[in-house]
Amino acid sequence: MLFKTFAKEELKILFEIIAAHNRVVGPVEKARDRNNKPIYAFEDVHEFHDIQLNYTTTKLPAKRFFLPFKEDLSTFKIEDDKWQKSIDYNIDRPVVFWGLHACDINALNKLDKVLLHSVYPMPYYAAKRKNMFIIGIDCEPQPFCFCRSMGADTALHGFDLFITDLGEKYFVEILTDTAFNFLRELKTADALEEDHILYMKKVDEKKKQFTARIDTTDLTKILDMEFQSEVWHQWGDKCLSCGSCSNVCPTCYCYGVEETVNIDLKGARKTKMLYSCNVIDFAEVAGGHNFRPLRHNRLKYRYYHKHRGFVEAFEESLCVGCGRCGETCLAGITVSEVIASVKTGSKE
Amino acid sequence: MKHQLKFVDVTARPAVQQRRKQDLASFEHTFRSEIMSVQPLTEMETVYRIKLIDPAERRQFSFFPGQFVMLEIAGIGEAPFSISSSPSIRGEVELCIRKVGNLTNFLSKMGRGVHVGIRGPFGTGFPMEEMHGQNILLIAGGLGLVPLRSPIAYVQENRSHFREVNIVYGSKSAEQLLFTYQYDMWRKDDINLNIILEKAGPSWKGPVGLLTKSLSEILTGRQREFYHNTYAIVCGPPVMFKFVCKMLNEFHIPMQKMFVSLERRMHCGMGKCCRCNVGSTYTCLTGPVFDYWTVMNLKEAI
Repeated sequence: MLFKTFAKEELKILFEIIAAHNRVVGPVEKARDRNNKPIYAFEDVHEFHDIQLNYTTTKLPAKRFFLPFKEDLSTFKIEDDKWQKSIDYNIDRPVVFWGLHACDINALNKLDKVLLHSVYPMPYYAAKRKNMFIIGIDCEPQPFCFCRSMGADTALHGFDLFITDLGEKYFVEILTDTAFNFLRELKTADALEEDHILYMKKVDEKKKQFTARIDTTDLTKILDMEFQSEVWHQWGDKCLSCGSCSNVCPTCYCYGVEETVNIDLKGARKTKMLYSCNVIDFAEVAGGHNFRPLRHNRLKYRYYHKHRGFVEAFEESLCVGCGRCGETCLAGITVSEVIASVKTGSKE
Repeated sequence: MKHQLKFVDVTARPAVQQRRKQDLASFEHTFRSEIMSVQPLTEMETVYRIKLIDPAERRQFSFFPGQFVMLEIAGIGEAPFSISSSPSIRGEVELCIRKVGNLTNFLSKMGRGVHVGIRGPFGTGFPMEEMHGQNILLIAGGLGLVPLRSPIAYVQENRSHFREVNIVYGSKSAEQLLFTYQYDMWRKDDINLNIILEKAGPSWKGPVGLLTKSLSEILTGRQREFYHNTYAIVCGPPVMFKFVCKMLNEFHIPMQKMFVSLERRMHCGMGKCCRCNVGSTYTCLTGPVFDYWTVMNLKEAI
């Protein structure tokens, strides 16, 4: 990895170089909540000053740009009883992601494991993932962030460029030659010993700010042992089965497929929609048998997939600790409380 | 012999399907296929013989007993179905389908010559070659006979490789019995067919009761050698698995010789949509055929 620094005003120049020829997505202020706090979202940006570099977190992850909530897998032209199928991966140009936090970059790395690097790689995801240019940015831990517990508070790969604010200037990690070539257009300097010290000081300060945490020691085994635990019923009683947690999760990729006939009867489409394992019919089969009919069955399954099954398959959990699910949950269920309760055997 | 560990031959793994599993373009590719014949079996179930149209694709398409395909009707939907035909016939599959949902009801209105899409085959199969030289118990409840028809065909075609073969088939009533026209052929190939009905009509002369009754009659009083050299293949509704597997276990049929085929509603068949996950195991990749040891280690599998 190469390290460089540049003066803060150079970042705008970088944006102009990149945005002149490319689509850029970044965090913008979308609205204000009732406490007059900004609500951030990833949107297409055209002006540098629209990007909120010091954003806390977005309500929704950047998922919709690479795992759209609704996406056509194929379309059909129908003539009499014959059909012609066309497949489109629904992307025509690269997208620059400006200002992803480490958790969201790690989420992409986790998705890569199942959608890109296992059997039957998914072309719809691959086409979008291979057409990303990612500029990561450092962040300030929020009260609900437990990324450090999940080992997702720093990103080691999966981006092109990562910038850290050192006060007077930016410290940059350069991972790809594409990023290096962009930086040739700016006035940069090699990172010196004093920059390294400043960087490490910043990292140290960030570490101290985490308040939420979960203890993942032996978690896969504990989940196995506590499968029949009463606490699952207690959380199940609280859960509304609305699926909001999956909606805002940067790593939830489960989906359902549906086909519809166009109104002129001359065409049809096969549509993929992201789904949530908390929704009642997620595990229903033909004839109406439901393998997870109760709320606690489904809530428990979600934790098993994320914190046990994925670990079994890929040696890491399918959670980056961004805390979005807990912030969004209408019933106020948070990952740290659920995991803690499974360990102690009681909800309180 | 009993405690001698088995040597694993890594060169024996079939490499046939590997390329399809890595190729991005094969993800959404469906084999254009034609419904060649439609045979109604009962009021609810029909057998569709479906043949791939492209000769090159047909030559390459083969499967193991126990695998499934995704059947797509443009604009109506796509769903997983167990293959119910002989694995020695390439390029075509027979699917026995009960009309129960949107897609299957639509399918029941279609006739010969209609074009459908086939993806697959997907999932694991029954390890038939491993079973050579052994006794086989094929245990089916209701619609569970459908995936078993493929290993039965394999046994018929390779009858000399197997010792005693028993089919235990439980059904609700005589009207719901599937593939009745094949029973004589099975018996002629020295396959014992034990049918038991839950509710018998006046014309039924066979046994009445639950499937486990017939099963215990077959298993009781055998030599120890019989239990140790018997493979069991079980398929049926979830509630049946529990009782059957418990009984097989009590008779000391080795867990790694008991195979079950689990039913789940896959939306992709390729380990992506998670709809078929048991615990966090993809039924479409690690299953649908599991040995009983694996099933015991899965949460909420049966």
